[in-house]
Amino acid sequence: MSDTQRGDTTTDRAETDADVESDEEGYEPRDVFDSTTEMDLRAGADNCTKVGTCDAECPVAEVNDDFPGPQFQGPEQWRLSQKGEVEIDDSITECSNCLQCDSGCPSGVPFSEMHNTARAKYVLEDQPLSIKKIRNRILANYRTSAWLASKLPRTANFFMNNGAVRWLMEKTMKIPSEREFPEFATQTFREWWAQRGGEAASKERAAKARAQRGEEDVDPADKRVAYFHGCYSNYNTTQVAKAMVRVYESLGYEITVPKQKCSGTPMFANGRVDDARRHAKVNVEHLGNAIEDGYDVICTCSSCSLALRQEYPDLFDLEGIDELAAHTYDAMEYLRIHEDLEAELAGAEAEEFPDVAYHAPCHSRNQGLGRQAVELFEDVEGVTVTDVGDSCSGISGTYGWKSEKYETSMEIGEEMFEHMEETDAEHGMTECPTCSMQMEHGTGYEISHPMQLLETVLT
Amino acid sequence: MAVAIDSDVLVIGGGIAGLSAALSAARTGADVRLVSEAETTLHHASGLLDVLGYPPNADGDGPVVDPFDAIGDLPDSHPYAIVGAGTVRDGLAMIDDVLGETYHGSHTDANALVSTQGGTVKPTARYPASVAAGLASDDRDILLVGFERLTGFDAGVAADHLEAAGIPAETSAATVEFPIVVRDDAKVTRYAHLLDENPTVDGAGSDRRVRAALADAVEPSVEDAKRIGFPAVLGVDHPAAIRTELEDRLGAAVFEIPMGPPSILGGRLEDRLYAALDDAGGQIESGGGPIVGFDAEGGMISAVYMDRSGSQIPYAAEEYVLATGDVAGGGIDSDRDGVTEPIFGCHVPHPDDRYEWFEGEAFGDHAFAEFGVVVDEALRPMSGAGDPEFSNLRAAGAVIGGYDYPAEKSASGVSIATGYAAGRRAAREG
Repeated sequence: MSDTQRGDTTTDRAETDADVESDEEGYEPRDVFDSTTEMDLRAGADNCTKVGTCDAECPVAEVNDDFPGPQFQGPEQWRLSQKGEVEIDDSITECSNCLQCDSGCPSGVPFSEMHNTARAKYVLEDQPLSIKKIRNRILANYRTSAWLASKLPRTANFFMNNGAVRWLMEKTMKIPSEREFPEFATQTFREWWAQRGGEAASKERAAKARAQRGEEDVDPADKRVAYFHGCYSNYNTTQVAKAMVRVYESLGYEITVPKQKCSGTPMFANGRVDDARRHAKVNVEHLGNAIEDGYDVICTCSSCSLALRQEYPDLFDLEGIDELAAHTYDAMEYLRIHEDLEAELAGAEAEEFPDVAYHAPCHSRNQGLGRQAVELFEDVEGVTVTDVGDSCSGISGTYGWKSEKYETSMEIGEEMFEHMEETDAEHGMTECPTCSMQMEHGTGYEISHPMQLLETVLT
Repeated sequence: MAVAIDSDVLVIGGGIAGLSAALSAARTGADVRLVSEAETTLHHASGLLDVLGYPPNADGDGPVVDPFDAIGDLPDSHPYAIVGAGTVRDGLAMIDDVLGETYHGSHTDANALVSTQGGTVKPTARYPASVAAGLASDDRDILLVGFERLTGFDAGVAADHLEAAGIPAETSAATVEFPIVVRDDAKVTRYAHLLDENPTVDGAGSDRRVRAALADAVEPSVEDAKRIGFPAVLGVDHPAAIRTELEDRLGAAVFEIPMGPPSILGGRLEDRLYAALDDAGGQIESGGGPIVGFDAEGGMISAVYMDRSGSQIPYAAEEYVLATGDVAGGGIDSDRDGVTEPIFGCHVPHPDDRYEWFEGEAFGDHAFAEFGVVVDEALRPMSGAGDPEFSNLRAAGAVIGGYDYPAEKSASGVSIATGYAAGRRAAREG
């Protein structure tokens, strides 16, 4: 059913051919193309039937008429590039990596893989050096800046939203002065976690919760998760990470927080597959160790979970990378399939939690998780979670943080802003940290994460 | 230990068959979940809902006038014969109720003849309200309007084809520049959104807007035409308002011509059916991955597994509906060794010699066109021995074999009728 979906088609075909060669019919189909090369995207390109759904669903092509659209960026450009000596068109940098083309394609063309490959080739081989290129690398390596800022968070918060500093950043680095910089937490999540007693304290709390829940017979080894917090909930929205910890521990889960680096999402989007690979190596190694110890990996950021599940195996050939993909879950999704959440939430109340306009991030929808938050909170008394539809927020990570993309980003977001304002709610909710920035920027609403509502309900 | 995501009825597949099954089950009060491997492809469909356009295996026979009459003549193995004409009517009545005044055709049993993008005429049972003024049986003169840069619709060719088909109206054609040229290869969605938003036309000096400017561009070509056909790009959000405004300005009826993918009419149908399922309380999960495995005990399915990047996510229900489509949709799989139903391994009859699966001519009477599972009167897929494969599994739509829907133009009708019946039975048992 899905054997034409990803790049493994060629190997499937090769095996079938081998079987048939020994067939009585004596029919000997031959592999005409070299199908053994890693990253061969021919199968994906050949799947394209040019129906144009990708172009029709692309939020960038909808507002930017110089952007050729995913059909060109993906299969067509790949075919052109096979002629050799063809430079990747610079329009690849206009793609925001939202992956709506990936979800919309009826023929399983691996757009994400194709775009990431083309973008990396462009940035690493063809793109001339410029201020924007340097800025993109800085944006892609947000973790480094955030790490630096976390050393002096108050000072960073002051300067990052200081008018003069932002004017200078706009002029020199092309960072749009319209955007508000996210606030850095005065204590990172990891600092909080360590101060709280780390893994040992978590084991104790989990054991206590299991006792309270009458789960003394449950093997603690069955309730272990390794948290991939990513950069944003470590340095900025630590309340999301803390909510996850409290929710999971209250349900009897032991948590570990392995050593980790950036998931690579902003790096893929800026063509820095080289940087992403370095970070992926660390993540695959340390998360892999946890998996070996019986932990499953959970993420609260939808782009992080997408990177670990889909982009890693698409782009890198690292030992244990498929294992990691298969053991990684969104934090809410994991609870849905390991706890009877419906029963936990039955009759629950969240009177103090404001009604929210919920936006499903593109990267959640891409994992099939776009409606779980709405479904889950349907029966919780006192709070209404209204889905604002399947438009893209437009910020797409670092995309909306570039002066030349700012207008496009806000134009794409317009539909979501309107839908948010049409609901009765005056607060927003989403899983993706940059969608959250954009929602706040466009509506002025305060934005929360579903884990925070779950925390209110369960703890 | 994983706990399955639970519901009374689990429908696998997000096309018309899956939606019909989920809707009919949800409307009887069952707790229903619809899962689809990827985003639905309904927005690739024409938006027309046919029941039976041509008799099966009809070489050169004309279109069917009354599909309900014709159902009695179908072979016993045809899905319509299995569910019966009454169920076909009930299923359509459910869809009529959901689509309300946005669709026409329920006033008669007879097929309507709808003009399509190539100027051919398609017999169909239900059609969007926006298509109604374009029926080929109407004798009012037609003007077809194309846009300079919109590929996929050539007004002149379509008008000539309609004329050649012998419709009782005079046809003429005009190709105009759309008032705002955003790019040379703009998709149908761009045109539709521009008409929805109706912005002012730059450079026109005044505050003239797109809809008005479009009417002005078409006006000189109207002459004696009483109805004017546009490619189906007349709005995603406000189709009725756009049509009314164009009609007022042009003094003639305005209609849309169904187009190929990506299709605005298909998209509107998709939005309405999904919204209806949401309103009926159905849970919807799309894009999560394919169903790749299942557990069964004592001839009953107890859980199925969705593959999400290598993790197996369990879903459990009392009753299951398989609405995964045919070979093209992935619901039926074939390789050199044979033809299978890939999720549950249901029996799919087919000749052993694969050279008997197809004919030499592209449009020949191919055996593969009718490949699919064989169902009993309760729509349960049956084994080669004629027993239900599983007591709580039903099939709906093109995964069922025994009919050639592209040839007989019955895809939507079979999906609606079998989906409706499978959903109701599942809800009753579940």
